[in-house]
Amino acid sequence: MRRLLGASGKRWVVSVPGLWLFVFFLVPFLVVAKLSLSEAAIARPPYLPLWEWDDDYLTVTLNIGNYRYLIEDTLYINAFLESLRIAFFSAIFCLIIGYPMAWYIARARADRRNFLLMLVILPFWTSFLLRVYAWIGLLKPNGVINNMLMGIGVIDQPIPMLQTDFAVYLGIVYTYLPFLVLPLYANLVKLDESLFEAAEDLGAKPVHTFLTVTLPLSMPGMLAGCLLVFIPAVGEFVIPALLGGADTLMIGKVLWTEFFNNRDWPVASAVAMVMLVILVLPIMLLRNAQSAAEGRT
Amino acid sequence: MKRGWFVPIAASLGFAFLYLPIVSLVIYSFNESKLVTVWSRFSTKWYGELFRDPQILQAAWVSLKIALISASVALVLGTLAALVLARFGRFAGRTLFNGMTTAPLVMPEVITGLSLLLLFVSMELTFGWPAGRGLTTIIIAHTTFCMAYVAVVVQSRLVDMDRSTEEAALDLGATPVRVFFDITLPTIAPALVSGWLLAFTLSLDDLVIASFVSGPGASTLPMVIFSKVRLGVSPDVNALATLMIAVVSVGVLGSLWIMNRRKPTNRNPQA
Repeated sequence: MRRLLGASGKRWVVSVPGLWLFVFFLVPFLVVAKLSLSEAAIARPPYLPLWEWDDDYLTVTLNIGNYRYLIEDTLYINAFLESLRIAFFSAIFCLIIGYPMAWYIARARADRRNFLLMLVILPFWTSFLLRVYAWIGLLKPNGVINNMLMGIGVIDQPIPMLQTDFAVYLGIVYTYLPFLVLPLYANLVKLDESLFEAAEDLGAKPVHTFLTVTLPLSMPGMLAGCLLVFIPAVGEFVIPALLGGADTLMIGKVLWTEFFNNRDWPVASAVAMVMLVILVLPIMLLRNAQSAAEGRT
Repeated sequence: MKRGWFVPIAASLGFAFLYLPIVSLVIYSFNESKLVTVWSRFSTKWYGELFRDPQILQAAWVSLKIALISASVALVLGTLAALVLARFGRFAGRTLFNGMTTAPLVMPEVITGLSLLLLFVSMELTFGWPAGRGLTTIIIAHTTFCMAYVAVVVQSRLVDMDRSTEEAALDLGATPVRVFFDITLPTIAPALVSGWLLAFTLSLDDLVIASFVSGPGASTLPMVIFSKVRLGVSPDVNALATLMIAVVSVGVLGSLWIMNRRKPTNRNPQA
């Protein structure tokens, strides 16, 4: 492309998307950082300005109180820990369910692979909100699952499933499963078939081959897939809001409540800043894992 | 491992898990009873109900407008970003550019939504634009996260494509812009179609970001569905879901069919 376009044309191609992302993706984070240091007020917009000019005096008021509040009120720390725990175990469950799927697709006949991949992608294209909603109908006390279990006499009272942590795990694993299967498949399909044959010829049992050859070689794909589940799951709002109970504390839900119900924009911003700091490391890990999985360094 | 029974069974269970909720949604949308999950008899009355609900119809119209515009702007911006990432090699600020293009993919939606809303509010205080929030702000927000998806889809196609035709055209004296429109664009067309469709469905589906940056009078379809669903399961939402699933399935299968039919012509873009 260096040869394709002159320097000025190149600059133009870079600057249009670059400028857009700079203004609408990068600058907003600076605004959040600024707001997390301001003070909430009953006003429109509901916060006090950070700096004021008054007769040549520039008064800058930085309010660390929002962050102190996050530490002092155990609600926030608990919500962060709970979100990290739920996201972590959801990623592990996705891995357990998704690994056989990715492996099966990768080892299927080449002409069937596209069809199987499409089966994984298709739910991802149908509304996320409606797929979460579908679980309400399945899980609620007089829902499909309970009715069926009671119909065949396994239980005589409905099991409470909706509005529990179980439902939140189920919802996250269900909606994010394709995010794990796809990068893992891309990793597995590139593995050289002869490696498995060699292991087999040398007398390794299938389980042994899997543990010593396949599993280590698919590490980058597993890591990329797990992170693609983990990162968005930490900040998930819709799933805990619809499937979780009142006591399911997830940080995305806390941020939402601070913003919409309490109208405390500065505290909501502080929560967002802390969440960002927590996610920086996994996001960087993800970038490394993705380039390793694609075989590029 | 290769011919074992464990993997096929586990994989089938996985696929069943993916489709169970969708199938149950579709089945119960034809249920006559108002108690969504207790089957009484086959009926299409909830579909009729759906088309008589002015709130849903209006929200659907708002969502469609937003999705059409955001997907189209995102297609242009995302394709430019993909060109930069796939073809420009190293340049000052590449790491930043790469980070800004891919980070929106994994950024939790509450953060994206909150940060954009705060940006819009600050901009309004400083420049007086955008005045209030509504369609425009939702379109800007959706364009921003959709272009990241377009960039990923188009970039992988650009990396995979055979570049000898481009080089031949250049050697024969075509201008770079002409080469782009006559050769590169037709070759990556399937990726452009799926990128646009992906952006369109993502915009149509977004609840969290739209809730943050929306204003009075601009309720999108997911926002209306969410407020209905929060109050409990409602049968007309099942009907709506079934319609959307049908549209998406037809769209995805159609685009797959187009892409498969197109494949042999890739070697010869003029055909």
